[in-house]
Amino acid sequence: MTALAWLIPAALALGGLGLAAFLWALKTNQFEDLDGAAWRALQDEETRAPEQPGRR
Amino acid sequence: MAQVLTPTAAPGSPAEGAEGVRSAGSDPARASAGALAACNATLVVENMYCGGCMRKVEQALLQQPGVASARANLSARRVTVTCSTGRVSTDDLIEALAGAGFKAAPLLDEPAAAARSADRDLLRRVGVAGFAAANIMLLSVSVWSGQSGDMDTSVQTLFHWLSALIALPTVAYAGQPFFRSAVQALRARRLNMDVPISLGVLLATGMSVYQTMRGSQQVYFDAAVSLLFFLLIGRYLDQLMRSRAAGAAANLLGLRGSMATVIHADGGTERLPARSLAPGMRVLVATGERIGVDGRILEGRGGVDESLITGEADPAPVAPGRQVFAGTLNMGPPLVVEATATDESTLLAEIGRLMTAAEQGRGRYVRLADRAARHYAPAVHLLGLATFVGWLLTGHGWEPALTAAIAVLIITCPCALALAVPAVQVAAASRLFGRGVIVKAADGLERLAEADTIVFDKTGTLTLGEPRLVGGGACSDGLLARAAALAASSHHPYARAVVREARDRGLDPVAATDVREVAGAGLVRDTAAGEERLGSAVWCGVEGEAGDVATLWYRPAGGEAAAFRFEDRLRPDAGEVIATLARAGYRVELVSGDRPAAVETAAGEAGIAQWHARQNPAQKIARLDALKAAGCKVLMVGDGLNDAPALAAAHASISPSTAADVSQTTADVVFQGERLVAVVEALAVAKAARRMALQNFALSLGYNVLFVPLAVAGYATPLIAAIAMSSSSIAVTANAVRLRSKRLEL
Repeated sequence: MTALAWLIPAALALGGLGLAAFLWALKTNQFEDLDGAAWRALQDEETRAPEQPGRR
Repeated sequence: MAQVLTPTAAPGSPAEGAEGVRSAGSDPARASAGALAACNATLVVENMYCGGCMRKVEQALLQQPGVASARANLSARRVTVTCSTGRVSTDDLIEALAGAGFKAAPLLDEPAAAARSADRDLLRRVGVAGFAAANIMLLSVSVWSGQSGDMDTSVQTLFHWLSALIALPTVAYAGQPFFRSAVQALRARRLNMDVPISLGVLLATGMSVYQTMRGSQQVYFDAAVSLLFFLLIGRYLDQLMRSRAAGAAANLLGLRGSMATVIHADGGTERLPARSLAPGMRVLVATGERIGVDGRILEGRGGVDESLITGEADPAPVAPGRQVFAGTLNMGPPLVVEATATDESTLLAEIGRLMTAAEQGRGRYVRLADRAARHYAPAVHLLGLATFVGWLLTGHGWEPALTAAIAVLIITCPCALALAVPAVQVAAASRLFGRGVIVKAADGLERLAEADTIVFDKTGTLTLGEPRLVGGGACSDGLLARAAALAASSHHPYARAVVREARDRGLDPVAATDVREVAGAGLVRDTAAGEERLGSAVWCGVEGEAGDVATLWYRPAGGEAAAFRFEDRLRPDAGEVIATLARAGYRVELVSGDRPAAVETAAGEAGIAQWHARQNPAQKIARLDALKAAGCKVLMVGDGLNDAPALAAAHASISPSTAADVSQTTADVVFQGERLVAVVEALAVAKAARRMALQNFALSLGYNVLFVPLAVAGYATPLIAAIAMSSSSIAVTANAVRLRSKRLEL
């Protein structure tokens, strides 16, 4: 039975980790554009602005 | 395109001009003098369909000087641009995108922002409820399996306490949308679905806490929380569908939202979004351009295509002093229009009044789920109460009585009403969305399914609303090809119609060089053999035909002039669609503002027996009222401003995406593209959705019939409650998903 003492908190913590990840993803707009994200994963390079003067 | 006209004199006193500037000064876009975007702009990109396009759009924008970042959103068909230094005009950005082959427009306003935060709020609650439901279920399953084994009561109590620890904050947080809505309903002395839901959840949670303290087995935390989880999913789907429709509608309006060329007092011109125009400003309208504002003509005469306003297909002759309306198309030479405020006596004001009246007259439609809830909620409450009283009367204590009553409430909780209907609606709306049909009103599909009579408008609805060459067979391919070569360099709608006809015949016209366009008259080109001309009768030297504005003449070098007649043609599948509707038992009518002869021809070609011509907006409403009085539920399909009141008054309404803004905003459903078959598709899906919603009600009723007696008798253990609820929720959702790929026929 002592196993429960750490198993339950561990299970809850892992679940909580998942929940936290979900809430983080929601907060950082990860669900804004699901169609676009699927394509972006396949693109080789990031689209980048041409070098702006004074950046380097 | 059109040359910039030099204004002869500024109309009105300087004070009047200053007034115009001041009232426009409140608009930040205007204040920046020509630079439209501040440092953030959102553009709608119409034809961005794939990842490749997304990247092209972003790169095209990033090449623009001053653009710091561009982020495309493929789902929303939008791109957000931020600039690094100074200001970038949205015009430049749109130009850059046009160069890359994309049609873009600034987003008019962002009604979706509030909806999006509501989306997110619900999704967050779904996440929390899902987490809690999963963990409590984990604990509950061990308790249930322990009951038949050797689980210690103390461990069982510990598990119950842990469940309570998770459930209490979850119910307090995730249940809020239901509690709030229930309180609102009770305040208004009504019962809605959320009342039994809230009551069930709160009673179940409270009772479970009490039972946990006593160390009993009747603990329903899992049922309460997973109930919330399923219901929140339903609520989220409902909200998602609404905000997606709102976003798509905003995109359409943005793409249609026109720009206008404003002439300043000093003679300079500037492109401004039409909606930031103020009364008193003077606007230059080029040939083939849509007039962006309601106003009075100051300079220029010619023809204006007012089909969007009146339903009349042929252009109306205009002269200085005449009133013109936003959304009409200039078919003649450039016009200078002075923007005026809406006058109480104009057609527009009349339409506004009719719209208000129509909207008030249309009784509030009660959604299917709400109608069911009206009967269901009291029945559930009575049943719960009866169970409680019954147990008390048969000599049991209040505790088992209350437990049984709560079990009844949990089992009967209207999952099917709250989850199954939104699930069906989302499946239906996304099926239609994929075919370019946008369902805007939340209850639009339900009302559409009830329609038995369909009233079509003619111009722009049954027809394409743009001129097409008629009797083209009369002219030879060679003649058409030469005329098209001239026409290819013009933006005039007729010139474009000539080019299209040539393309349709496979002639592939190439724009001739050194063509000069004389605005409002025609095109001319010098060839070795002499001059060839394409344009009005006067321009081509044809006598006696000057008044005919719907004809274009072509005079080859040293030859006889040939006429091209234009007409607004029926949509390619109009006849077929009408036949399908008639076969399906719909009564179809044509009600148009156009001339009787034109309406009769169109009705004949489309196969509509019942038609009414020369109907003004009030008469259209009167016709709908007559049908309503005869017991018909009318679906109005129309596009013009003159149809807007009728669209508002009808039981359900559909507009093409080329419709006037007001009509599009009013309509329940908007379809894109040339094909009228979208109407049939929308009706078929609406009917199927209704069938499926009813099926889902039946399914959940079946579950209730099965499990309620158990609950009343006190045999509904927490395990049975959990199984009954989850399986019924999953069954109705799975049923709804079938709609996405089902073959449908009207």
